[in-house]
Amino acid sequence: MHEFLQILWFLLIAILLVGYFILDGFDLGSGILYPFIAKDEKEKAIVRRSVGPLWDGNEVWLLTAGGALFAAFAPAYATSFSGFYLAIMLVLFGLIFRALAVEFRSRDGEKWRRFWDVSFCVGSFLPALLFGAAIGNVIEGVALDGAGDYRGGFFALLNPFALLCAVLGLVAFLAQGAAWLALKSPLGSELRERAIRLRSVFNILELVVFVLVTVFFFVAVLPTFGPERVGLPLAYGFAGLFLVGWLVTRILLGKGNDLLIFLATNLIPVALIGITAASLFPYLIPASANPQGIVTWFLAPGADQANLGLTIFNSSGSELSLLCMTIITCIGLPLVLVYHVIIYRTFRGRVGEEDLNDY
Amino acid sequence: MEFLDVTALARLQFAITVIFHFLFVPLSIGLGLFVALAETRYYRTKDPKDRAATKFWAKIFTTTFVIGVATGITMEFSFGTNWANYARFVGDIFGAPLAAEALLAFFLESIFLGVVLFAREKIAPKLYLVSTWLVFIGSALSALWILIANSWMQTPAGYEVLPDGSKAVITDFWAAALNPSTVARYLHTVDALLILGSFCVIAIGAWYLVKKRNEEYGRSFIKTGLIVGIITVVLMLPFAHMQATVVAEQQPAKLAAMEAQWEDGPAPYTFFAWIDSDTQTRSGFEIAGFTSFLATFDSQTVYPGLNTLSQPVTDFSAYPGVKVDSYQGGTPPVGLTFQSYHLMVTLYAALILWLIFAGVALKKAKNGKFSKPLLYLLVFGPIVPFLSIQAGWMVAEVGRQPWVVYDLLLTDDAVSPVVTSVELLITIVLFVVFYAVLFIAWLRIIFRHIKEGPIVENAVAGGAAANVKETEAGDAATKASADSKGGGQDA
Repeated sequence: MHEFLQILWFLLIAILLVGYFILDGFDLGSGILYPFIAKDEKEKAIVRRSVGPLWDGNEVWLLTAGGALFAAFAPAYATSFSGFYLAIMLVLFGLIFRALAVEFRSRDGEKWRRFWDVSFCVGSFLPALLFGAAIGNVIEGVALDGAGDYRGGFFALLNPFALLCAVLGLVAFLAQGAAWLALKSPLGSELRERAIRLRSVFNILELVVFVLVTVFFFVAVLPTFGPERVGLPLAYGFAGLFLVGWLVTRILLGKGNDLLIFLATNLIPVALIGITAASLFPYLIPASANPQGIVTWFLAPGADQANLGLTIFNSSGSELSLLCMTIITCIGLPLVLVYHVIIYRTFRGRVGEEDLNDY
Repeated sequence: MEFLDVTALARLQFAITVIFHFLFVPLSIGLGLFVALAETRYYRTKDPKDRAATKFWAKIFTTTFVIGVATGITMEFSFGTNWANYARFVGDIFGAPLAAEALLAFFLESIFLGVVLFAREKIAPKLYLVSTWLVFIGSALSALWILIANSWMQTPAGYEVLPDGSKAVITDFWAAALNPSTVARYLHTVDALLILGSFCVIAIGAWYLVKKRNEEYGRSFIKTGLIVGIITVVLMLPFAHMQATVVAEQQPAKLAAMEAQWEDGPAPYTFFAWIDSDTQTRSGFEIAGFTSFLATFDSQTVYPGLNTLSQPVTDFSAYPGVKVDSYQGGTPPVGLTFQSYHLMVTLYAALILWLIFAGVALKKAKNGKFSKPLLYLLVFGPIVPFLSIQAGWMVAEVGRQPWVVYDLLLTDDAVSPVVTSVELLITIVLFVVFYAVLFIAWLRIIFRHIKEGPIVENAVAGGAAANVKETEAGDAATKASADSKGGGQDA
């Protein structure tokens, strides 16, 4: 039972991250594109209004994923958040400023508009870039001491593979943002024309960067993996999904149905988180250059080997705790999905003139 | 190098970020009720003026709420970034309420706030009304989960510590969630937030009367605020009593610090005093045994003093008011705990006084008379509950020291082993600078909204309501068409 719950929670956190990546992906992407794609006050208002009613709920997916990681795998939460300290703080400051920018830009005085515009863009850029970097580092494995604390320092996080992953994440967010803006901006507007062009460009870039990351992975990262990474075959399946998703998007781009294109773009985050989860399993945070084989990863914490890495088995909450969390999720998640149906239905369609009254 | 001590810096950072967070969260929860009340009124009257009031309060609410959200992420992250060993020790119990808060409360609040802000014309009036209440209920539920987590740190229950001492694991979900202090602390806290909300509503109403603008709104705000204020201030008596009783029963060291009681004996109630921890003296005005009387209805009940509690106590049978079996020893900073507690209690008297002011001002205003000094007192009235809430929080958190989880985990053992004092210093400076920017922005925008006041929209037959105010979008549309003309010429 305990093992079942541990695996279930590994999957649930992956699902929460997919939810976050899909939903906040388009609004982070829109935020980064905002000062470049919107040329005047009205276009800026359209971009802000397209995410205005939605960003807050989207961000709660991140808080839920963080809370779930804390509850289900506290040691991994502690190690990653304290280990990636400065990077996490940059994400945090980014999220703080973009939240305020979305809400305050239209309420504040004219002198402050530029400040909030920059905040919206930079505040969206920092998390969009750093999430990929964090995932890259975790896939490679990081320097852990015997207590499971990260000892690599800030600059070790800026290694080539992690930076490539950062770019891949960023491009994926941008592709979602462009597809979203094409879907939400008024028909016939120049804003929409720009979004359509960018949508296509980022789609190409996604494939280019993905190929680079994949090549780098096979050359420099995969050889360091031990046999304990039993989920690896599934990662290849998700890589297949990436290519299928990419191809579907490419084909749809020729047909021009904005909604279908936007939906298809979202296969990319599913594939990327899928690859991450599968290539990590059963690890949450593997130790770099892990010398142990398949026998040791099953050991409980406190086994005196250093560099064991944090797995879902040695770093999870108790059976009762995971069970309580599962029950809470069974109550909460259906409600959350209902809320999302309500809000996305309420705000379906393109942003119209009448929506800009308060913007 | 006391100054560069990692624990001290981590505590300083937590104190700064949580105090800031706890300026905006109480206000947004308190005001959430008034958004829902205003919309309920509009739903009944269909008066455009009431509709304008809802929109006005929703703006004030959102401006406040968003800072609460943004600074709340800091709090959730900080358990991992700054308090990694805390997260490792308590994750099995403490993580669940945080996740539950997001899942069961925060989604509700955030998503329906989107509806309240942007969907007035898009959904049925009844659904809109429901949405305003869901935002308030969401925020009250959010407070519930956070206070469950925080109460567990005060009076841990439903757990056992693993034999190797590495972490606490949950043994009984309901015992942990409804630990001895949860209910009392929830009622006490949420009631305080509603008092704050009502004082802010009164203050804005009074400001309109001072400026002789929106006078009708001014009177109506004071009246609504006064009604909610009276109810919540009266309810505060039983709720505060419950909370104090729980402290007396469960946290003897906190109680002793609250009353600066060094020696065993009946606990006094001190109205005001100067505390000297070095000489262990308390010089002021007090009623002997009154705290004992409040907690147990017997002024002779003996409570342990700080000198007893600084050492491990294995048997509390000599102290019938104390309901715990043992205490590992350790006492909080006495002066700060004592003064915060007494500031909070004294301010309760000020709350009553201010409600009387509000009543008098309202009565005068109804007769067309305005007393400026009285109204100005009301304008600055929110300072009273603000101070009181912060002081109460200081008692709760400082009074829990040296423990982060009472009698279970020391604050010193809770920090992140890998985070350096330099990293903490850098981020403390950044937090101070950034939070100052947020605070100034908040003030600027709140004052803009208050100055602008509720805007009554003229209903246009058969179409969307047109705003009498010049909208930014209107300007933008003109500019945009000019731009596109320019663009056309270029092409």
